[in-house]
Amino acid sequence: MEAILLVFILVLSIFLGFELISKVPATLHTPLMSGSNAISGITVVGALLTTIAATNSSDSEMKIILGVLAVAFATTNVVGGYLVTDRMLRMFKKKEPRK
Amino acid sequence: MLSLDSINLLYVLASILFILGLKKLSRPDSARKGNLISAIGMLVAIVAALLTMEILNPQWILVGLGIGTVVGVLAAFRVKMTSMPELVALFNGFGGIASLLVGWAEFTGVHETAEKLSLVPLIALVCAVLIGAVTFTGSLVAWCKLAGIVGGKPFLFPGQKIVNSLLLVGMIGAGCWIVLTAISSSGFYFSSSEALYLLIGLSLVFGVMVVVSIGGADMPVVISLLNSYSGIAACAAGFIISNNVLIVSGALVGASGIILTSTMCKAMNRSLSNVLFSGFGSGTKSSRSKELTGEIKSISSEDAFLILEAAQNVIFVPGYGMAVAQAQHAVKELSDLLEKNGAEVNFAIHPVAGRMPGHMNVLLAEANVSYEQLREMDDINPVIENADVAVVIGANDVVNPAAIEDEGSPIYGMPVINVNKARTCFVLKRSMNAGFAGIDNPLFFKGNTRMLFGDAKETISSLVTEFKS
Repeated sequence: MEAILLVFILVLSIFLGFELISKVPATLHTPLMSGSNAISGITVVGALLTTIAATNSSDSEMKIILGVLAVAFATTNVVGGYLVTDRMLRMFKKKEPRK
Repeated sequence: MLSLDSINLLYVLASILFILGLKKLSRPDSARKGNLISAIGMLVAIVAALLTMEILNPQWILVGLGIGTVVGVLAAFRVKMTSMPELVALFNGFGGIASLLVGWAEFTGVHETAEKLSLVPLIALVCAVLIGAVTFTGSLVAWCKLAGIVGGKPFLFPGQKIVNSLLLVGMIGAGCWIVLTAISSSGFYFSSSEALYLLIGLSLVFGVMVVVSIGGADMPVVISLLNSYSGIAACAAGFIISNNVLIVSGALVGASGIILTSTMCKAMNRSLSNVLFSGFGSGTKSSRSKELTGEIKSISSEDAFLILEAAQNVIFVPGYGMAVAQAQHAVKELSDLLEKNGAEVNFAIHPVAGRMPGHMNVLLAEANVSYEQLREMDDINPVIENADVAVVIGANDVVNPAAIEDEGSPIYGMPVINVNKARTCFVLKRSMNAGFAGIDNPLFFKGNTRMLFGDAKETISSLVTEFKS
């Protein structure tokens, strides 16, 4: 049952994603790509949960190492992704009215 | 520690913030706020994850978060605006490998404790590892191509399609092996890590193989597609650990990436499979139906200045060459001088100019060009006849009239900016070499085309000096 619920969420999110993005001016394609790339770093949540579980129990070092690596990579994706997107968007300005 | 319900509520909040953020990101005036909202959503999700259970050994978590934060901050602030595309490609690869590692770590955990894992998480695990690995190596190859570490030409060899198909069959086989051994054993537990290593290895190689055969000019499409994959991989990771927020945001990224990819393919009048499998720009298949004849007329910057000074309507058409020469600030200066001189100045942006969708918009925005001056191809083409001068800066394929005139050209049918319809057309170019896609450009031989050879930044700067003197 839980699996079905998750699939239900998945399907709705896909449709939502299509709707949200369908009308974007070309100007914003790069920031949008970079911004959504940062969101794909959400896998950091999965990495954290896996690593916390591994370090709490007597799981192997292997799992801990894999988990920590996953946290590091995903965090780089998230932090770097948002900052770079913000740097790009900061540059988009309307022209000041001509004097 | 919070209860499971409160954690899930926080995840719902994070999802709402992601959705609102993406919505605002798609409008120029609210885009920056949108990015901030989505970042807050990410923070909420991370805090929720940290509050899920007691952390007995926080040092490990801190090490991971610390390394990631430092690397991310340094990379984001140090990168030059012109190398933005490769950085996004690299970050994207990191997201992919993170999903792979989550799948791998879950596998090791389950494998060692003989814990039970039901069918859906099992299939999700295979998907997360497979897609994550392809995203990782694919993005790394795209990064190498964009950063110029390897050449931009597609790497092709005989039997490539067969090798790729065999790899794909091998990956699916290894995936089935993992799932089947798990099911057929007395419980849902793993008996073979060999299958997982095989799956990881084959998928990593497959990611390389798929992207090396794609020309550098098609990298915008590839990055956008890989971005979508990293979302799907995160989504799969969400199914392994039954986590809503991973599924929602992974799916949002996956869907939006696919939309962007198809928008770009449409702009090039090509199908996605053509982009991925045709080895476009390898130069081997471009049978020329027409020999290019005619005279190339070059012009000095002094003469170019005289024409520009008299012009009432000027259109700049930037391409990747502008990014390479870092000429965007000089271009902005020239455009200001032209406006002061009474001319109307616009920038015509082809949807696939540069190495990333919207690459040119970002660079020109960096140079303080108002985004209202940046016109899309479909807006500018109908009025391009009114332009006195069209200045092509380091663009080649996106202004190639062969796309309209020459049925034998590999880019025939791709919409281009019709710069040759302007009264005069300046082409700033380093040399007569063919562009990234390796296709001859008849524009250079047209009667109203004047070539300005040399580094784009120097050429523009000398024009600026002429104006000032």
